Amino acid sequence: MYYFLTFGVVKKTTLKGYNFINSFKGLGLFLLQLGYVYFIVESGLPQGAKFPIVFAGLGGIVFLAFKLKCWKEMAVFGMFYTIIGGFLMPVPRLPIVYETIRNQYFHVTMWMAMIIVLFASALHAIKYLNKGHLRDDVLSSEFANLGIIFGVLGIITGMIWANYTWGDPWHGDPKQVSAAIGLLVYFALMVLRASFTDDVKRARIGAIYNLFAFPLLIVLLFTVPRMYDSLHPGAGGNPAFGKYDLDNSMRMVFYAAIIAWTLLGVWIATLRIRVRLLELKAYDVL
Amino acid sequence: MTFYKKILTVMFSVLFFVANAQEREVEMADAMRSNGSIYVVVAVLSVVLAGILVYVISTDKKISRIEKDLENK
Repeated sequence: MYYFLTFGVVKKTTLKGYNFINSFKGLGLFLLQLGYVYFIVESGLPQGAKFPIVFAGLGGIVFLAFKLKCWKEMAVFGMFYTIIGGFLMPVPRLPIVYETIRNQYFHVTMWMAMIIVLFASALHAIKYLNKGHLRDDVLSSEFANLGIIFGVLGIITGMIWANYTWGDPWHGDPKQVSAAIGLLVYFALMVLRASFTDDVKRARIGAIYNLFAFPLLIVLLFTVPRMYDSLHPGAGGNPAFGKYDLDNSMRMVFYAAIIAWTLLGVWIATLRIRVRLLELKAYDVL
Repeated sequence: MTFYKKILTVMFSVLFFVANAQEREVEMADAMRSNGSIYVVVAVLSVVLAGILVYVISTDKKISRIEKDLENK
């Protein structure tokens, strides 16, 4: 499902003037997203199976959006839906969190978007090491930049949320600390890349470091926090996003929000990518 | 009072406090919704999002134009 991000993205991204038909396609696919989520959520499947099935289906829809070149419009609709629906649609009434549970549509979804984007970055790093096209290195580094931005936003929103629900913005919660470490690892990637002047060396070393950094991030974010007692859901041995963590009414906005954040971020990243590719082409390096 | 009666008295009087721990009405932002200010939040965020999108779309068009020029050169 993640591969869609890597193959279609930069080839088919040019926006040749505002196109109404594309908006309808985008709107149609966005409504398809919502319909699919609603269908799976209201079906009688066991709760634990819903998350992977929904994600696989939404991945297919996003793939279709890339094929039909309406993913940007879909991102626009998705983002407006996240904001409007995120605040106005009903949420479960729980003590301690009250209305801040709506932050799930922003904080958690941005983390998931970050993981998708960093996966794409690692994938392009592999492609670069395989073939040696500098284009893959440009994609890999820009997606890593985007991943860092999402990660920083995620940590800040997490700290704000923690301040209101747990009392302190930071108190050494395992997931918080692991997330910070993971982010520092990616900051180090940027510093490493900046220390080289030669394009090829920078690309090669950066790609290798990226391939170390990504599995480390996965371990830090998913494995380590479960081993300790933590205030985050999914700690102390319980699976996160399992049966008990997500209410049906929230799933309607949650999955669409992940896709919307990812696509918006990828859109902005592709702008930077295209500028860098133009620079490389202008200097005849590419 | 015998000893067990004392214990029972204490236990039953504790019940009063224990019963309080049950479902109190969870205070949500219904007040905010009823006096219309949640819509202000949504409106502000939508405007911010629209601004960001306008910037992104215009940059996208600029880059498309440059790409096309570089191709046709």
